[in-house]
Amino acid sequence: MTDDQIKQAIIAIINDINPDEDTSNIDPAVRLREQLDLDSMDFLDIVMELRKRYGVHVPDTDYMELASLDSCVNYLRDKMAGKVLA
Amino acid sequence: MHYDAIIIGAGMSGLAAGIRLAMYDKKVVVLERHYVWGGLNSFYQFKGHQFDVGLHAMTNYAVKGARGLPLTRLLKQLRIRWDELDLHQQGFSSVSFPGVKLKFSNEFELLRSEVARAFPNQIDGFDALTRAVREFNELDLDAPQQDARPVVRRFITDPLLEDMIFCPLMFYGSAREHDMDWDQFVVMFKSIFFEGFARPQQGVRHVLKLLIDRYRKAGGELRLKTGVARILHENGRATGVALDDGSTITADTVLSSAGLVETGQMVGAAVGAAVGATPSGRLDGPPHGPPHGAAPTGKLSFTETISVLDRPARELGIEETIVFFSNTARFNYEQPADDVDTSSGVICMPGNFALPQEPNDHLVRITNIANYDRWAGMARDVDLRSAPVMRTSGPHAVGSGATSQTAADQRSTSQDYHAAKQRWYEQSCADVLAHVADFRPHVKLVDMFTPRTIRHYTGHEGGAVYGSPQKRRTGATGIEGLYIIGTDQGFLGIIGAALSGISMANRWVLQQSPEPAA
Repeated sequence: MTDDQIKQAIIAIINDINPDEDTSNIDPAVRLREQLDLDSMDFLDIVMELRKRYGVHVPDTDYMELASLDSCVNYLRDKMAGKVLA
Repeated sequence: MHYDAIIIGAGMSGLAAGIRLAMYDKKVVVLERHYVWGGLNSFYQFKGHQFDVGLHAMTNYAVKGARGLPLTRLLKQLRIRWDELDLHQQGFSSVSFPGVKLKFSNEFELLRSEVARAFPNQIDGFDALTRAVREFNELDLDAPQQDARPVVRRFITDPLLEDMIFCPLMFYGSAREHDMDWDQFVVMFKSIFFEGFARPQQGVRHVLKLLIDRYRKAGGELRLKTGVARILHENGRATGVALDDGSTITADTVLSSAGLVETGQMVGAAVGAAVGATPSGRLDGPPHGPPHGAAPTGKLSFTETISVLDRPARELGIEETIVFFSNTARFNYEQPADDVDTSSGVICMPGNFALPQEPNDHLVRITNIANYDRWAGMARDVDLRSAPVMRTSGPHAVGSGATSQTAADQRSTSQDYHAAKQRWYEQSCADVLAHVADFRPHVKLVDMFTPRTIRHYTGHEGGAVYGSPQKRRTGATGIEGLYIIGTDQGFLGIIGAALSGISMANRWVLQQSPEPAA
């Protein structure tokens, strides 16, 4: 999966969690929480969806790695290697 | 059959928990003793009319796109779009006491201006109270527990205003008599005064249908008419449940919305005492009778009368959506010594929400505090189970054939209980006339339910609508794998109950899942 596809995967998950949210202008360098209505329960769901869709496991201690789209890409690049965008 | 999780009760908390678990591919079953879902917020048909039980209004109103509020948190967790809820806001409501009325709406400024008008020397204190509520983080489970009244009295010195503020908050969620925990006060204050009331056109049916559809679509299993007789456990760990019919189902986790006391009873004897015990309670309480520190059964139960009018209430000059009233300057939120305390209550006109269509029925619903033991002790010579819907004939439905009793009703209903319902229906209606116009000549059909009805259909001991005054914020019971969800976990109202199921499912099942094999 390319870096861009990883971003798409994360945005698709956020769209499913909150369909009322506009995700078209997310700045990948800025923390997601500062741009969107995401709380800790929602980050749990991002992790749960990553597991469900891609079999990727994110331990509790690594949640902060998902803070921004850019950090998601850095953290997930190896884990998502060879996976296909769901 | 082995499940990842068994959920006891298909109310708001059970269904919401079920959705969360089914969404993430857990094998989950919701067991409901009644033949219809909804629990304390349910619905029924009576003589061709559709009535709601419980829900007057959904509290915690949030506009579409609002951030960080309980309603939006709930929608995200259950993957429900805001539009799907079909919410329509109240017009305005009021708190009505002798000689003074405070209007409020979903715009907080209305309440503030009303307080400034009626209690000019209290408005600074009211503003300070508002700030204290706003700044308090009710989600901080480590905050020391404190009573609300002493805190409120630091800001509000007029006892009349104090009681007028407490009145709606208590009626819509307090399991405690006389006072509330401060954190619960904050939750209720925010949900009612800051956020406010709304309702779907079709009432609670619509909310429940959304939840049921979502649950089934996610692959969850729902079994109605399936009561749990006992919760099975070995060596301090829950292993499953035994059903009323004697069969058993096993599971890794059991989430119970039955209530703290009731869950303890299902666990049985000494261990059950521990479930209901205070956090400092001991496991070795006496096997019979109330153990040390046992959670008390809640004392707050209610009657509700439903009057169907021949025209919209607003045509009679009744403008409010909901009126919280007391006929005495001091508001007594306590179990009455008599069957019902009609000197205070809640009057709801569902047709006065800003609904897109005029509802089929023009309703006035009146809720009063009632005494469960007195209603339970009345003679009634039939097992309630054989009567699908509690009913009363309409004492005020003069000239309406719709309310005449059938012969079967007369055979199955003893005079005591039935006569008490008639008497209290009349008293309840008469005692609201200082607050709303006299609607009685326009009543064409009535129904009424009592604490006994609530106990029968929900299984909650004492008909305690808001559960035990002791809450279990973490859900833990002392038995591994058995957790409390719903009212007795401590989140209030429909939104609160659903969030309770969600947060407990997250905490005790989803976040406990073992790491997948590499």
